[in-house]
Amino acid sequence: MSVAAAPAASLLTSAARPSLWREATRRFRRHRLAMVGFTVLLVMVAGVLAGPFVYRVPIDEIDFKAKLKGPSRAHPLGTDDLGQDLLARVLYGGRISLAVGVVAMLISITIGTGVGAVAGQIGGATDHTLMRLTDLFLSLPQLPLLLLIVYLFRDTLKKTLGLEAGVFVLIVAVIGGLRWMPVARLVRAQFLSLREKEFVEAARSLGAAPLRQVVRHILPNAVGPVIVAGSLDVAAAIIAESSLSFLGLGFPPDIPTWGRILFDAKDNLDFAPHWALFPGTAIFLTVLSINYIGDGLRDALDPRKVLGGK
Amino acid sequence: MTKYFIRRLLIMVPVLAGISLVLFTILALAPGDPFEELAANPNVPREVAQALRHQYGLDDPVAVRYVRWFSAMLKGDWGFSFVSRVNVDTLIMQRLPTSLFVLGSAQLLGLLIALPIGTYSALRPYSLFDQVATTLAFIGFSLPTFFTGLVFILVFSLWLDWLPFIYRADIAATGWRWWWEHARQAAMPVAVLGLFQGATLTRFVRSAVLDVIRLDYVNTARAKGLSEGVTVVKHVIRNALIPVVTLVALQIPGIFTGAVITEQIFRIPGIGSLLISSILANDTPVIMAITFVFSCLVVIFNLLADLLYGWLDPRIAYR
Repeated sequence: MSVAAAPAASLLTSAARPSLWREATRRFRRHRLAMVGFTVLLVMVAGVLAGPFVYRVPIDEIDFKAKLKGPSRAHPLGTDDLGQDLLARVLYGGRISLAVGVVAMLISITIGTGVGAVAGQIGGATDHTLMRLTDLFLSLPQLPLLLLIVYLFRDTLKKTLGLEAGVFVLIVAVIGGLRWMPVARLVRAQFLSLREKEFVEAARSLGAAPLRQVVRHILPNAVGPVIVAGSLDVAAAIIAESSLSFLGLGFPPDIPTWGRILFDAKDNLDFAPHWALFPGTAIFLTVLSINYIGDGLRDALDPRKVLGGK
Repeated sequence: MTKYFIRRLLIMVPVLAGISLVLFTILALAPGDPFEELAANPNVPREVAQALRHQYGLDDPVAVRYVRWFSAMLKGDWGFSFVSRVNVDTLIMQRLPTSLFVLGSAQLLGLLIALPIGTYSALRPYSLFDQVATTLAFIGFSLPTFFTGLVFILVFSLWLDWLPFIYRADIAATGWRWWWEHARQAAMPVAVLGLFQGATLTRFVRSAVLDVIRLDYVNTARAKGLSEGVTVVKHVIRNALIPVVTLVALQIPGIFTGAVITEQIFRIPGIGSLLISSILANDTPVIMAITFVFSCLVVIFNLLADLLYGWLDPRIAYR
């Protein structure tokens, strides 16, 4: 093949058959609410990342003269019972809440993909044991267990890793560690069907080692449902962290995550409703956006579903 | 059916053992001595602390400790609350009925919302009704219960002043008045939990009915002249419920999450709020027992779901 022909050839193939990812992007764009959710989430992420650099009010500046004030020019979202600025606190807390969501999701899909891949690839007794383990974890009551673990391990981790990092690691690990089961089931099901497909057989007969079959041929094809499940896991993890903090058992008061602000606000509902409404709306909007994005991703990454007319 | 029931009952045993093993591992791995608090407390005599250590067998090998702990849990011998100075089982039995009442009513409300709306949506897919219902369901299950709870208190208790926001187990009234007060105070917690459940279930019901309605046997039912109502209720819904029951069973652990939060918001004297207050008071025996009770409830409700499953789909029971 001549050097000049190569780009032309690749152009031709891409025109005739758009790449899977481009096709998925196109389908995602057609899902109007998913695009709205994506935009809202993008604005929120940009806000919590860049916000504290633009809006330079400290999160812990105490001003008793301005306590429990509603939104005003000086404090766009009002203040709490110590006169601390709520916008600054919501922006700061958003970073933590979103970080918890993303990291917990990464943990849960890593464990889930690992367990599912091993179960699906090896099969037999290993598969059976791992699936029973998955069923067992699925029937554990999440929040009580989460509370129990946080209660038992918090002090040690605080001592070894410092207050902020200790609580973060603990919460993220426990939330991620209790949410991997759906992903494991999905990945295993994908493996069971993909393992028998012709292209994997072709790779096998060409002498690809099992690990190469898995990493190069099976996993890339199993990734769609994992992405969908992962996006929904972010939302679930944000809710889990907020629930913990809302019960007063998550992050300490000097780390104002959205759930923690709600916990502090809930006893002042009658004279400072804004205190609870702003962080609550932030959680709601984030979760709603992520859920719509997940819905859009499902349409985009699962062509069979679209062809079947839903 | 009896054979099926016995088989399901037997499956409960390893699941319960597995759950208890997880709980015990967590407790065993936990740093420090769960009775440190007790030993440091001058109000507790040394003998009591020693006796408790002995009861929980803290000085024995792990395997022995596990077997002893699990059999004590199964027998309902859950120890003694450090804080309230009563047996843990008495404490939990006082609280459990309230929790089950609120949870049960909420689940019922959820089903009452989800079944008609989900079915009607699926019968007219992409109609205006379907779009509104689907959007509301999406919003409903994206709204965390702790936020809805606070908004409900704000609107119905503080602004409108219609409903009390504190739940009392001891209402000083009798007859109709007692029922009325009870309904008023249960309205908000049940609505918060029920609407959330309803939103989740509506999506399940809609997609399950959509899957079934296209099948040939539904056309057959229509073709032989059955009315639309009979077709939908007897032929479509009955079969659509089979996957819904599975999904509901998978949801059960999640329902307890909502229950703990709702009980905390509305100060319902149930086991969820007992769990939180015990954690805040470092009351380890109560915390362990409640987590165990929650796990048992999950297993029991899964069993009920399995039985319902066997009734809805006899093929499963006779396999």
